Amino acid sequence: MMRNMFFTQAIDDALAQAMAADPRIILFGEDVPLIRRNLLARFGPDRVRNAPISESAFLGAGVAAAMAGLRPVVEMYMVDFLGVCMDALLNHAAKVAAFSGGKWSAPLVVRCPCSGGYGDGGQHEQSLWGWLAHIPGLTVIVPSTPADAGGLMLAALQLDGPVIFLESKLLSETWLEFLGSGGRATVQYAVPASGRRGPVLKKWEALPIGKAALRRTGVDLSIVSLGIGVHRALEAAERLEEEGLSANVLDLRTVSPLDRTALCELASQTGHLLVVDEDYQGFGLSGEVAALLLEAGLSVKYARVCTQTTIPYARHLEDQTLPNVERICAAARELVQPSRQDVPEGELDAKSS
Amino acid sequence: MPSDLWSLYPLMLKSRLFEEATAQLWREGLISGELHLGTGEEAIIAGVVAQLGAGDALALDHRGSAALIMRGVEPGMILRELLGYPDGLCGGQGGHMHLFSKEYLAASSGIIGAAGPCAAGFALAAQVNHPGAVAVAFFGEGAMNQGMLLESMNLASVWKLPVLFVCKDDGWAITSQSSQSTGGDLNERAHSLGLTTYDVDGRDVCAVWEVAHTALQSARSGQGPGFLHATCVHFEGHFLGFQLIRVVRDPLKEMPEIATPLTQSFMQPGGAALRERLAGLKTIIGSILSTLHDPRRELTSDPLVRARITLQQDSSRLRELEDQIASEISQVVASVFASVPQEAS
Repeated sequence: MMRNMFFTQAIDDALAQAMAADPRIILFGEDVPLIRRNLLARFGPDRVRNAPISESAFLGAGVAAAMAGLRPVVEMYMVDFLGVCMDALLNHAAKVAAFSGGKWSAPLVVRCPCSGGYGDGGQHEQSLWGWLAHIPGLTVIVPSTPADAGGLMLAALQLDGPVIFLESKLLSETWLEFLGSGGRATVQYAVPASGRRGPVLKKWEALPIGKAALRRTGVDLSIVSLGIGVHRALEAAERLEEEGLSANVLDLRTVSPLDRTALCELASQTGHLLVVDEDYQGFGLSGEVAALLLEAGLSVKYARVCTQTTIPYARHLEDQTLPNVERICAAARELVQPSRQDVPEGELDAKSS
Repeated sequence: MPSDLWSLYPLMLKSRLFEEATAQLWREGLISGELHLGTGEEAIIAGVVAQLGAGDALALDHRGSAALIMRGVEPGMILRELLGYPDGLCGGQGGHMHLFSKEYLAASSGIIGAAGPCAAGFALAAQVNHPGAVAVAFFGEGAMNQGMLLESMNLASVWKLPVLFVCKDDGWAITSQSSQSTGGDLNERAHSLGLTTYDVDGRDVCAVWEVAHTALQSARSGQGPGFLHATCVHFEGHFLGFQLIRVVRDPLKEMPEIATPLTQSFMQPGGAALRERLAGLKTIIGSILSTLHDPRRELTSDPLVRARITLQQDSSRLRELEDQIASEISQVVASVFASVPQEAS
């Protein structure tokens, strides 16, 4: 039996189901009593708490509270603000299991809105999952649909270690309203309908962490993405289909652990892999995907569409900086077209001369 | 030298009219994301910034427009930035939370508390290169719980840096009441780190000017950093479209959207006992009620209204002044829209 839910509504609903079953789960962060007011009215002020603007203190406290038996869900206003308190994740949450010889862990979920597309500038629109997944010991989840968001939140709450749960703001009905429109009808954002609202199970079940989902099948190339990027990739694939290019779209769903098996299978099937990643291009997820294909001994044509600079404030510049459908289509054509051109050798020589 | 209301009021009015114009552009959708206004805190900014000169630096928060306009940055440049034009103050790259002016040594940040370390660094450079110059940090009282700000105060204290830390206290940390999120007393906190503390009614521009004058003189003369605590209101709350204010202004439209899911969740089986659920509900209703009774709804909280009471004594001079500034700001807006860059249209 299915219901329809918005993206953040689904996460909160899965969280409520888990909270009702597990009294160890508590929730805190800046403005949480307002932002999660529905949970506050059901679970009370002891379990749904406001935290001062002190990220280092309350995230660090979340790590230790997890070590001592609670299952905290710590909310950051935005993933960008982890810059203020990275020590708690980098040097503590991620290290507890290793330092204790595997005898201790810090099972907390850090919930952060991420990514851009609504004109909030380069300090509030970053994705940063590559930066987080770089650290051994952290699980990093980036869902793209309400069903996945709820199912993966439930999985995150069951995992025995620190999880960073990232919510694309363009998919989140509440964050986009809170930070973007603010009650206005005069602004429009490129929100993919199927990511914003969709069918979910009547009762939540945990989804496997580290398992990618194939969203579309094709034969010419494979597009790999996550979060909002999945929807951009799907839209690009529809356009490419009209041009005679048929694309797979793989939704990674988690950055760490990365589904190596699915990536390698898909890359070998089409021989062309395009990574669409709203995170920064250098030293991140897109490069990691290329590295694991090389390690697997696969010889594929590879390209990527990522964010290469600080995200500009101006909307028209922002649109060009974040992976958009046009850039994805152009990269896909460039990737596949040379191998589809049946150019006689003589003609090639004539062209190059 | 005493404060001069006739020179401070125009600074406040210019900033107010500028920000009201930007608020209108936000409502029209020409500014896409968040917009944090400084309306209500103009007396604090004017009382301090009016005393800054060459070599002095500004570390600003996410409400930087007022300080920059009062410091002398051309309002049209800021407006073009807010609209994302390539010929804006920061080339359309920064936006309202990230306004930078190298010319005036002014840097902004959207990260709460970041003005602390920034001012300490500007002050260090002043101590070395420009003795007598100061750095001013503007931040809200919510930032006083942020480690980096308290660490900066201590650093400034032990290095005797010429910093004035200005705490604009409106009683609200983002959307939470500061009384619920701050322990102890802010002046005692700063005092315990070795700062000279000053407390003032931040709605009274002359009072702010007088206190800031003493504090700035002290910092300039090598006496170390000061902490100026000034109370104020923010008419629009944390940012435009602030949900609690929308509820108060238009309850019939906004309340059902909040109340329906809230009631459903409250009634859901599984979860806390009734007493705790009621306590949760009380917190939420309390937030709405405290917004309803908020001093920001009172005219006497407006620093401009307060200044006008005195200036009314010469009503023709006041009218002339206000007309002149109003016309200046409307010309700024008109001239910005008279030359919209092609790529931004």
